[in-house]
This record gives sequence, C-alpha cells and structure tokens, in this order.
Amino acid sequence: MRAAIPTLISGLALGIVSALAQTGDLNLPKSIAAGAAFSIQSAGSGKGTLYIIGPAQMIKEDVQLGGNIEIATGSLYNAGHYSVWITSNSSTQSGAIDVLPAPKASDLTFIAKPSRLPVSLHNGITGSAYVFDSYGNLITKPLQVSFQLSNPGSAPQTRTVETKNGAAWTQMDSATREGKAQFVARVGDISSTRIVGQVPGDPCTIRMSAKPAGNKIQLVTDPVRDCSGNPIPDGTIVTFTETYDESKSTVDVPLKKGIASIEMPAHRGATISVASGVVLGNQIRWAE
Amino acid sequence: MLKSLLFVSAFSTALMAFAADEPAIHVQQPHLQGPRELQDQTAKAVVQDYIDSWQSMNKALDQNRPDLLDRDFIGAAKEKLAATIKSQRAAGVHTSYRDRSHNVQILFYSPEGLSIELADDVTYDVEMSSGGKSVGTQQVKTRYIVVLTPTEVRWRVRIFQADTQ
Repeated sequence: MRAAIPTLISGLALGIVSALAQTGDLNLPKSIAAGAAFSIQSAGSGKGTLYIIGPAQMIKEDVQLGGNIEIATGSLYNAGHYSVWITSNSSTQSGAIDVLPAPKASDLTFIAKPSRLPVSLHNGITGSAYVFDSYGNLITKPLQVSFQLSNPGSAPQTRTVETKNGAAWTQMDSATREGKAQFVARVGDISSTRIVGQVPGDPCTIRMSAKPAGNKIQLVTDPVRDCSGNPIPDGTIVTFTETYDESKSTVDVPLKKGIASIEMPAHRGATISVASGVVLGNQIRWAE
Repeated sequence: MLKSLLFVSAFSTALMAFAADEPAIHVQQPHLQGPRELQDQTAKAVVQDYIDSWQSMNKALDQNRPDLLDRDFIGAAKEKLAATIKSQRAAGVHTSYRDRSHNVQILFYSPEGLSIELADDVTYDVEMSSGGKSVGTQQVKTRYIVVLTPTEVRWRVRIFQADTQ
C-alpha cells in the first residue's frame, strides 16, 4: 500500500502535466499595433500549426514548437481581437491578442454637406470625418482634425476638433458672396478637400418701373439682387400681375441678364404688382 | 400528473434552450455627439440591423460564404470579412462566432445623416475547426466600434472593429 501511494501521486502529477500540455496557455503580447512584428512562445517540441483567428483576418502557418514563433511585420494588420491556437498531434495551446490601430493617420473620409447652398446661412455647411491608419483601421485614440472653409474674397473659417472614437464634425457659415468654397479637413499631413457651391439667396427687394409702349405698358425691373448684393441667377421667375376692374392677368418672366421685362395691356386705373417667390416688389397704378 | 410534469419540464427546457441561443441585448441611452437629433425609430432600426449583422457574419464565416455578408455589410467591413473568408476557405478553416450578449450605445450621428457610430461591449464564443475537426473554443469579451450607413432598406455595417483602447 505504501508503495502504491507514490505511484498514485506520480500518476496524478503526470496526469496534471499531461492536461497542461494539452490545453496550455501561449505566451504572447496582450496587444500590438497594427502591422507590428511580434513573437509567440510555444511549449512542446516537433511541428505544429498556428492559427490566428478573428473576423477581420485569419492566419494559418506551420510552426516549430518549443521556441519563439516570429510573426513578421505587416502580417497581422487589421485591428481587432484575435484568438490564437497552436495545435500538434499531442497538444493544443491557446491565447489571444488585440491588434490596435497604428497611431499615425494615413487616410480620412470626409463628407461635406450640402454641395450647394444659399449665401449667408448660419451653420449651413456641415463636415464630418473619420480617421484611419495606413491599414484602413479606424483610429479611435483622440486626434486633432482641422476643418477650414475658404471662401473667395473673405477670410477662411477654421475649426480644430478632437476626434471621439475616430469621428469629428463641425459646422460652418456660408459666405456672404456667391462662389465656390474649398472645404478642407486635415489631420497631420493628410487632407481631403470638398467644393461647396454658394449661390445667391432669395431676392432682397424687387423694384420695377413702367413706361408706355403704344397701347401697352413696358414693365422692367431693376437688377434683382439678394440681401448681400449678389445678382439673382438668370432663369429665376419674376411674376407680374395686372389687376383691372374685375379681371386679373399674371405673367411669369424669367430673369435675363439680371432683369425681368414684359409688355402688358395698358388700362387706365390698372394696378400692377411684381413678385418673385415670397418677395413682393413695388406696385404701380397706371394713370395714362 | 407525472406526464404533465414531464411535459412542463420538457417545455421549460426547450424555452431555456431557445433563450440560450438568443443573445442578451442591452441598449443604453445614446450618448450623442453631433447636432443631428436621433429619432427613436432610427435608433431602434440601427441597433436591430447591427444585431442582425452578427448572425450574417456568423453564418458567412461558418459556411465560408461571402455572399451571406451582402445584406448587412458594406465597404471596408465587408471587404475585410470577405478576405477572412477567402483565407479560411484556402486553409480549410471554419469559425463560428456565437454572440452571447451585447451592450450597445449609440455615440455619433453624423450631421448629414449618412453614418451612425455605436459601441458594443459584446461577449461571444468563437469556435474554430480545421479539416472538419474542432480545434478549440474561446469566450471573448471585447468592445466593438461600429459605423453603419443607410442603404435602400436597412442600415449596413461599414466599419466593424474590436477596440480595446
């Protein structure tokens, strides 16, 4: 019986060692930067197979057990969590590693909206950006993103925003003058540019004048501008309305070279008004 | 009496088994940056579409079929998962990602409404088999940062990245 106890103990110990050998833990870094080289220390001897498994990437390699297994630079580059297994005929060892985005920004996606808007609109332009490393991983550590909106003929608007979870956003005012603005998002030496078209807003006022033209009235507007002095684009509709007795006639005229012009029947005592969209111009009472 | 007890017991077990297959989902109040208001209906749709994407991903990686990603993934997320499937297929490897629980919070709704970012503290089991033999299973707890974009009928995952920083 006494002889049996050491045998039992050594048998148990062997069993424990064997169990460890079958399900041992691998010695590897807890995390690495994307694309960095690292090594995995394995136990045992002989040949085995290494599996690095994640949704974003998978690596399978034949390896030699009992030493350091070197994973070369650029091999594991997609950020994420990876399960690691090394199997052989007699054992399975496992571990895990996190791949973190590389710290340097190499790319950014930048969306500017809208691509066209009226002038003088407060916070009318928005920009949002996501920042990525050279492997296309979203860099979730805070980074400074500089947004700049350059308008022709005025000082640029600049905002610096820190990313949160890889994203940054800003709002800008559209300029008072029409034209194309350059909207740039920049992180370090990486930048992305969008063009934002700024067009005149609604007409500020409309003023028309009238003169006789035979048995008709010649109606002409002054050049139509928005409240910042930008000419309203040709093609914008101006509506002339003549009211006489119980009758009313309306004519829509597109702006040509900034003005609208039309001839309407001359009726003594007629009232003529002009409008464009919601903007009402002056009114004329025809007395001739 | 015994028969009905057995029936109740079997029914309860079946219910428990059914419940065990479904991940536990907890959605936190959005912690939004950005000027755009997030409607409840949008938030619910985004979270639902994201949770659905785990099932698509699991099936796609388990069956090594990239076409199963089409409904729920787009852009870089789809490309990376498809590349993994290609590697798995070449290596004779299959993986199963069984999500156990999600704790989701929406973080960012971009001003123009073209992307929503969320964080998910997720627990899942990953099982790997090679050459038709199971190699091992690991339980993983990690945080995912996910960006979804609206498409014709649903939100699709554009960035899908475990993030432990």
